Amino acid sequence: MVETVKAAKRPARHGPRVSFIELQARNKRRSFILVVMMLGIVTAIGTTLGATWGCWWLGLLIGLVAAIIHYAAARMSGTRMVMAATGARPLGKREDPQLVNVIEEIAISAGMPCPAIWIIEEDSSNAFATGFDRDDAAVAITRGLRHKLKRDELQAVIAHEIGHIRNGDSGYMVLMAVLVGSVALLADIGIRTLRHGGRSRRGGAQAVGLIVLLVLVVLAPLFARLLRAAVSRQREFLADATAVELTRQPQALVSALQKLTADTTPLVAANRATNHLFIVNPMRRARAGGGALSTHPPLAARIKRIEDLYS
Amino acid sequence: MTAFLFASLALYIPIGVVVLTILILVVVYNGLVSGRNETENAWSQVDVQLKRRYDLIPNLVETAKGYMEHEKETLEAVIKARQQAISVADGSVVDQAKAENFLSQTLRSLFAVTESYPDLKANQNMLALQEELTSTENRIGFARQHFNDAVLRYNNRVQQFPGVMVAGMFGFSEGEFFELQDEGQREPVQVKF
Repeated sequence: MVETVKAAKRPARHGPRVSFIELQARNKRRSFILVVMMLGIVTAIGTTLGATWGCWWLGLLIGLVAAIIHYAAARMSGTRMVMAATGARPLGKREDPQLVNVIEEIAISAGMPCPAIWIIEEDSSNAFATGFDRDDAAVAITRGLRHKLKRDELQAVIAHEIGHIRNGDSGYMVLMAVLVGSVALLADIGIRTLRHGGRSRRGGAQAVGLIVLLVLVVLAPLFARLLRAAVSRQREFLADATAVELTRQPQALVSALQKLTADTTPLVAANRATNHLFIVNPMRRARAGGGALSTHPPLAARIKRIEDLYS
Repeated sequence: MTAFLFASLALYIPIGVVVLTILILVVVYNGLVSGRNETENAWSQVDVQLKRRYDLIPNLVETAKGYMEHEKETLEAVIKARQQAISVADGSVVDQAKAENFLSQTLRSLFAVTESYPDLKANQNMLALQEELTSTENRIGFARQHFNDAVLRYNNRVQQFPGVMVAGMFGFSEGEFFELQDEGQREPVQVKF
């Protein structure tokens, strides 16, 4: 067994320009912008919906309440609930000292507190991270992936997951889920309104409202899902970059991603709600990636980006 | 009326400029302070990990001793290097780096020697120690990397505008990078069993 130990060196070209604390502040600003955008979209659809009923504020009220309920539901499903949904269990230090060591090493490199570690007893290869703040953060890995990776590859995968935590991606994805959920709900109400609206004759203003509503009902849910997928793909690329920043070993991440691509065993516990959390898409057919609605970039594109950046 | 307007403009513009300048000064100054604190915190992390290595070495030597009766010199060199590193732990960064590098070297030669002791290589205790030592070397490397990154960020702030003006006023000096002495040290340490 040969283990490679890093020697300290001066910051490389791809050293971080911002610290963990600064990154958090930046993420808060971006999240705020996303929240404003989301409220704008929900307000627009809600008000249009209300206008067709002849009572604009009722539609607006329904939209905002829907957004708040979605947000509360997402926030309350904290780390433990996410972990339970994927069938993970907490891992003790004695069970796997090497895995615990690797996580603690990467946390040191990231300059942040060490997240909790959970294991999913499945043969498929995958890993994910969750948590809104430093105390809540956790990393989970499947038994299959744990056994498949060499130490440096394990480091790379863990660094990708810790990258998600450091970059505040759980928060982003919750906002995206709220957007998609609220817009879908409003679109459903909109469809019902359109059905009823056809029967009764109303004024010109309401007719215009119905046409606008028709367009919104069709386009808004699609737009929301496209936006979520695009944000998710960007966060994956960013987490890959962060992983290399933390380990300074791009080759290990590339070979780990190749091993992940090679294994097509689907994750039993995966579903659409938790898809975006994983390092590679857990649904087998989606693994090759691509398409505007997929939550992960194609693996070939990810590997190419890593090699372009750090070769 | 216009005269009054101009008079108040003449009053408010300078006040506005002064308030804005003070605000910018406060933000930049605080940024420099948190940058400096971050480098100090990062350096103390390195110390924590070095301490971890000091604590591991006696266990390592104790385990190896039973198997390597003819390698007393190698073992003693490791113990000596450890003591030396501890004794300069409060000294200058350069002295510390020298002592730590020497310790790494002696550890490397110890591991080279263990190659010829198959019983020792298979020892469970030794395997566990090997993982701990590998991890500790990584932790030291990562902690130093994090320290250097923090110094780089802080130095950028000190050198770039507007930080450079505030740094000059309040005596913020650039941080020093941690660097290894000779080129050979930059190569990854191969720990083999």
